[in-house]
Amino acid sequence: MKLVPIAALLAVALASPAALAQKKYDPGASDKAIKIGNTNPYSGPASAYGTIGKSIGAYWKMVNDKGGINGRKIEWVSYDDGYSPPKTVEMARKLVEQDQVLLLFQTLGTPSNTAIHKYMNSKKVPQAFVATGATKWNDARNFPWTMGWQPNYQTEGRIYAEHILKNNPKAKIGVLYQNDDYGKDYLKGFKDGLGDKAASMIVREVSYEVTDPTVDSQMVQLQASGADTFFNITTPKFAAQAIRKAYDTGWKPTHYLNNVSASIGSVLKPAGLDKSVGLISTQYYKDPQDSQWKDDPAVKEWHAFMAKYYPEGNLADPFNMYGYLVASTLHEVLKKSGDNLTRANIMKQAASLQGFRPEGLLPGIRINTGANDYAPIESEQLIRFNGQKWERFGPIIGR
Amino acid sequence: MSRRQLVLIAVVLLAACALPFLVSNYRTFQFTLALVYSIALLGLNMLTGYNGQISLGHGAFYAIGAYTAAILMDQYGVPYWATLPAAAVVCLVAGFLFGLPALRLEGLYLALATFALGVSLPALLKYHHLEKWTGGVQGIVINKPDPPFGLPIDADQWLYYFVLAVTVLMFMLAWNMLRGRMGRAMVAIRDQHIAAEAMGINTAMVKSLTFGVSAMYTGIAGALGAIAIQYVAPDSFNIFVSIVFLVGIVVGGLASISGAIYGALFIQFVPNIADEISKAAPWAIFGIFLLGFVYLMPMGVAGATRMAVAWLTRKAQNSHTGSP
Amino acid sequence: MDALLHQVLAGLATGGIYASLALALVMIYQATHLVNFAQGEMAMFATYFAWSLINAGVPYWPAFLLTVVFAFVLGVVIERVIIRPVENAPVLAVVVVFIALLVILNSVTGWIFTYTIKPFPSPFPAEPIFGKYITSHDGGAIGVTLVVLLLLYVFFRFTPLGLAMRAAAQNPASARLVGIRVGWMLALGWGLAAAVGGVAGMMVAPIVYLDPNMMGGVLLYAFAAALVGGVDNPAGAVFGGFLVGVLENVLGAFVIGNELKLAVALVLIIGVLVVRPSGFFGKVLVTRV
Repeated sequence: MKLVPIAALLAVALASPAALAQKKYDPGASDKAIKIGNTNPYSGPASAYGTIGKSIGAYWKMVNDKGGINGRKIEWVSYDDGYSPPKTVEMARKLVEQDQVLLLFQTLGTPSNTAIHKYMNSKKVPQAFVATGATKWNDARNFPWTMGWQPNYQTEGRIYAEHILKNNPKAKIGVLYQNDDYGKDYLKGFKDGLGDKAASMIVREVSYEVTDPTVDSQMVQLQASGADTFFNITTPKFAAQAIRKAYDTGWKPTHYLNNVSASIGSVLKPAGLDKSVGLISTQYYKDPQDSQWKDDPAVKEWHAFMAKYYPEGNLADPFNMYGYLVASTLHEVLKKSGDNLTRANIMKQAASLQGFRPEGLLPGIRINTGANDYAPIESEQLIRFNGQKWERFGPIIGR
Repeated sequence: MSRRQLVLIAVVLLAACALPFLVSNYRTFQFTLALVYSIALLGLNMLTGYNGQISLGHGAFYAIGAYTAAILMDQYGVPYWATLPAAAVVCLVAGFLFGLPALRLEGLYLALATFALGVSLPALLKYHHLEKWTGGVQGIVINKPDPPFGLPIDADQWLYYFVLAVTVLMFMLAWNMLRGRMGRAMVAIRDQHIAAEAMGINTAMVKSLTFGVSAMYTGIAGALGAIAIQYVAPDSFNIFVSIVFLVGIVVGGLASISGAIYGALFIQFVPNIADEISKAAPWAIFGIFLLGFVYLMPMGVAGATRMAVAWLTRKAQNSHTGSP
Repeated sequence: MDALLHQVLAGLATGGIYASLALALVMIYQATHLVNFAQGEMAMFATYFAWSLINAGVPYWPAFLLTVVFAFVLGVVIERVIIRPVENAPVLAVVVVFIALLVILNSVTGWIFTYTIKPFPSPFPAEPIFGKYITSHDGGAIGVTLVVLLLLYVFFRFTPLGLAMRAAAQNPASARLVGIRVGWMLALGWGLAAAVGGVAGMMVAPIVYLDPNMMGGVLLYAFAAALVGGVDNPAGAVFGGFLVGVLENVLGAFVIGNELKLAVALVLIIGVLVVRPSGFFGKVLVTRV
């Protein structure tokens, strides 16, 4: 007779820790909501990138309308840092210490992220899927709380170098690069890819500042150097100017354009589609302005998303597709984290993505991460512009 | 200084000392930055408010001080507190040297020349021949100082007290200087340049020295700022820094020591408020705040408080003497 | 030698951009003795107005004229509403007002139109006329700047209104005594400068592409140009623009490298101010003590 109450007591005792163990929260997570923090340059010289933060915010609105992630709504807190590292430090501290967010996501800019790199790791708060292609974010051993997302710039530079070595080993190369970490990172990868032939193959290397009104002078210098191959490391506005100037002055090099500016809507159309024929670049996601993806379900889904949740966003701007894709990646990570919303678990889930594929990525490209592999996307494909669309060619390069 | 003013200062100092224990670490950090800005603004105010020389390029001296501290700490292992005198000397010399050709410039022309300095400095910081020292576009990461002697406070609080001590020292020195001969000479040059010259003031020396001292103050602020943020990069020091400093002294109150504090609080906290009001166009809100201050309080907050105090005093006196 | 010539030509083309904005700066200075830091942003804002019209289907030249009128009105309104209250305030207060204007215009434009670059049409034919290194737009833009310069010269020299404006700027007290409404002359000056700026913006945008930060880089060079040519001499400003453009390009390409081009502007500005503050063509001011 006494067994029943004892058994009942035992059952309760055994069940309770298990029940409690199912839900684990760090600051920023609760039964009802997950708070995600972000800094983006909504003002200042890099404000063109601010649309990424806005598109991600719109994505969470969509997710919330559909019921949230595992029943929890996403609270998106994004502050303007004006691309100024001191401001990023201040805003990151605000997010972590005052707003008590669960993690920082897609903080934008290499100097901005460098400024908070040590802080985030010492506070053990995820600095997840940062919006920069610098190579230093793939360092799981020393900075286990920081992870990149997009293919890094050095890898891309190497891809172009290898292509040149294979197809035109006697090329005379001219390089135009933006004088900051982005430009220099690409240049380093490119030179590493050329190896000891770099010094002899690169006949002219010129830089420009974002404060320069045009790069016309630099383009004239490159043409005068006699180069027949051109590696164009510029952001959209200057890429358009460079493409147009090359055409106008009758310079027809083999033209490699960095992926950041490989956008039909925001670069090639302003430059002139006819002037952009033959451009070579790499890509890892579908450019919504490319007519070959007109009927692609993922691109149509994106258009519907933009129309409903971010109508003021520019459809010609591929950054809005980028934001959509990277938000989908965090979506997957948060979903897999289930009820264990501790920061450690989020990093663990982020570091165990196997073959995850938001459909906006190019066919064949997947996201893979591991305990020592903090580079989610490492593969790209070479593309060539035929006057109307980007034709993919060659194999998928990278893992 | 009157008894009442001394009491007021004592109260403010007491509140400042108690602050880190009353608010979160993040707020302490924000106030540390506000103190840093107040030193920078005091420097600029000396030059522009008291001496009438407009500078739209003081961000350059802020940057020079910051990089001096960062390079010394990162490459030569100099302890953080020793970088302050170094930054001071470097900026004193730099400011004096810039002040020499600037002697011939007045008003808007000087504004233009200093504007050019402020705009072109980031490019100089990125110059690849200087990369070995400046770290180029990557910048320099430095470590936060730990509290000494194993004091039971954390690094943020220690840094706050350190900066507070330096601020109090700098303000006292400035007050002393501005009250004395140098200060009077500065104001005389601002108000009546030719008469001052006629009276025997060596205007060239005074103006150049003022430039140097002003740059020195801003450079010390820059060094402290670098230590607080723990990172320097060319992107941190664009023309907006200079512009925001100018805004700070106009809003705070020209030719006023307390104006530096009001101005610093404004430039530290109002952009955040603006960001909360409008995600879409935060700088527009900031601009509107600016216009409001200029129209409604052209003498700055310091001037407005002075007028308010005077008005209140007059009222009190009138009621005291029982006016008819 | 060829390379040098090409750089010079490219420099003349960019110089045209600086010249047109410098012209607007000088206009404001002539009318009000103020240096308007927000001139670039006003020009940019007017250009976005033009873009909206063209986007809505209005053909180029009518849109151009409407924009000039819009810019003129904008300038007058800004003077009446924003600058008027601080007319007698110290110079610093006015500088802060300009800066407020700069950030407000930049921020609002970015909010309304987003920061993605937009192509802006050029009224000039696409085929290069002057050889490969100066497009016909570059040449056309230079031509438009010279025409505007000529119109301004004629206006100020030969019309009563122009005379009244010059009087109001040089000696407001005496001007009032002879019945000139100084306040409205200032407003007119702002309106004209804004209109000139609008034209500059529309000429510049096809070259650099339209975005809210379009004029940011140009502003410092335009200041340098205005100073070099003489800040009270419109023709000097135009000459200064070309000089700055060519110097910047040639020095950047052959002497000091592209990283220090801004430093060229800095050195120019300080050099001119120290050595010959009135610039090449300005009047040397003698102040009576």
